[in-house]
Amino acid sequence: MLAELDEGLAGLLLARSVEQFLYAEAAMLDERRYRDWLAILDDGIRYFAPLARNMRRDRLGEEYTRQGQDLAWFDEGKETLTQRVEQIETGIHWAEEPVSRVCHMVTNVEILSAVPEARHAETVEVRCRFLVYRNRLQDEEMLLIGKRLDTLVRDGTGWKLRRREIRLDQNVLQAKNLTVFL
Amino acid sequence: MAGNADSLDVDALVDRAGGTVARGIFVDQAVFEAEQERIFTRAWLFVGHESLIPKPDDFFVSRMGTESVVLTRDRGGQVHVLLNSCTHRGMKVCRYDQGNTRVFTCPYHGWSFATDGKLAATPGALVGVPHFDRAYHGELKRDDWGLVRAPRVALYKGTVWASWDPDAVELTDYLGDMRLYLDFALDGRDGSPGGSVVVEGVQKWRVNANWKFAPENFIGDMYHDISHRSVDLVGIGPSGGRGRRDNLRPRTTICFPGLGHGLIGEPPHTSEPPYVPAWKKYPEVEEYFRQVHERRVALLGERPRVTMSVGTIFPNMSFHGRQPRTIAVAHPISPTEMEMWRFCLIDADAPAAVNDAARHYFLRYSGPAGMTESDDLENWSYATEASRGPIARRQRYNYQMGMGHARPVPGLRGAVENGEVTEENARAYYSRWSDFMRGDPWTPPAAEYVPMPEPARETEDAG
Ligand code: FES
Ligand SMILES: [Fe+2]
Repeated sequence: MLAELDEGLAGLLLARSVEQFLYAEAAMLDERRYRDWLAILDDGIRYFAPLARNMRRDRLGEEYTRQGQDLAWFDEGKETLTQRVEQIETGIHWAEEPVSRVCHMVTNVEILSAVPEARHAETVEVRCRFLVYRNRLQDEEMLLIGKRLDTLVRDGTGWKLRRREIRLDQNVLQAKNLTVFL
Repeated sequence: MAGNADSLDVDALVDRAGGTVARGIFVDQAVFEAEQERIFTRAWLFVGHESLIPKPDDFFVSRMGTESVVLTRDRGGQVHVLLNSCTHRGMKVCRYDQGNTRVFTCPYHGWSFATDGKLAATPGALVGVPHFDRAYHGELKRDDWGLVRAPRVALYKGTVWASWDPDAVELTDYLGDMRLYLDFALDGRDGSPGGSVVVEGVQKWRVNANWKFAPENFIGDMYHDISHRSVDLVGIGPSGGRGRRDNLRPRTTICFPGLGHGLIGEPPHTSEPPYVPAWKKYPEVEEYFRQVHERRVALLGERPRVTMSVGTIFPNMSFHGRQPRTIAVAHPISPTEMEMWRFCLIDADAPAAVNDAARHYFLRYSGPAGMTESDDLENWSYATEASRGPIARRQRYNYQMGMGHARPVPGLRGAVENGEVTEENARAYYSRWSDFMRGDPWTPPAAEYVPMPEPARETEDAG
């Protein structure tokens, strides 16, 4: 009985800490603290956003393009993500100068796996839904909604992001560019 | 529609002598509709690549202008381009992006159309009509109701092109000597003919800009280099350091005024310049390209060859021949919206590490998330936006840079060059745009060509 309660509590605490991590990350991006954001990315991060295709039911396995070999919106590591931040910081990256107003909403957070176990988790796989809103200059709007599959690894008392797969729920991207982090 | 086009004063829209263009052609609905009628139903349009449909019965859905078309390969290996609209009541017969099928069955009333030469004599033929006997009393003339098929389809080194005009000149005549530059993009890096394929997946995205901004930019606008200063400061080239590319040999702009195509690149030359390392960050890739260079030197010998960075084939296909090596198509959606498509080209026989490095360079450079292209998209969309108002529309865009300074290019038929920074290429583009918009008949290409001398050995490195 007590052991069961313990296990339940460990799961809750883990879920809470993962959610707090994701919310804090969203705040960093919305508040344009890009350097703080880079600091919570594992050096070996893979940041991947596949393309989504309309495929017949018997080939639905090919709906999303594959990491490491196909075209994608993003398929990169920390070096390029850092360069993207540096580009914004130049002040002449016209796609984000003047800088856009961006709001990240994160919801439906589910822990899919915890290794070795919830209480002493070193690696967790987390699925969530996101909504990213951008207002640019006066009336330009972009709304991106989709799913994220994240792998977090323990880093001292906190977490670092080691892998992120972003599934944008759009076939033809309804945005002129992707200059926000998802 | 035709009335629309006839009422336009095309020569007022594009003032060739004065080097200006009316803003209306970037924002007006009437101009847009006339473009659909006069350009997109006639010109040769890029519709895809054979590597998208390698097997019999494979299909890939593409666009020609504002219309959806299906690119298919029949059982005999023949490639066809069919209008994706049921002949009964217009429903889209194919709503997948790609796949494999022998028959397209319309979801609405169930008419089915075969792509397979064994099932039907003509591609796209109507082969199945529910209640044919009971409701049509067997009287429907099925032979007359196949899917509309592009009468002209041409394959060129893997690329697939189509035109709705049965009288269109041959694709090779349409391309003229621009073909040499297309070859550079489509040939193997060692100079062997063809052999390139597209990477799985096509980036497709909507941009609030007139569609012509993309081909006009890619035809040879080196003047806008300054807009990419932020990415140059960061440095994303495959050799590291500042800049978004590696050091290039001197380039010039070359265009084909009678054809409306143009590029940034080198004039034809007959010997291969020394190898310049371009992949210093990737030793394995660097070594591969060093070997490829040696093969290229041996293979091409003293034959004329060209190189190019970026170019446009009128009206809306652009391509990048160096890395990142891609094809970009600007599909018109409305006067103020386009849908851009980007394909990544690789050598089918290159090692995975080489193609992966090329793909990654593409993703950080081009497309909506490209650190270079994202800024172009911002410029094109707000240039469109700020040209819409009545006062703005009374003004004209200025294309006067370098007027009167063009000179012929030895070794190319009907081509001129005008230095690295000029608007010569854009002028050639809008000149061809006017030809189409006036509804000029196809002229035999020979009549439009200015004969050029063969390249002289002494001048081959000029420019
Ligand atoms: S619209 Fe296709 S069968 Fe009627
Ligand atoms: Fe550009």
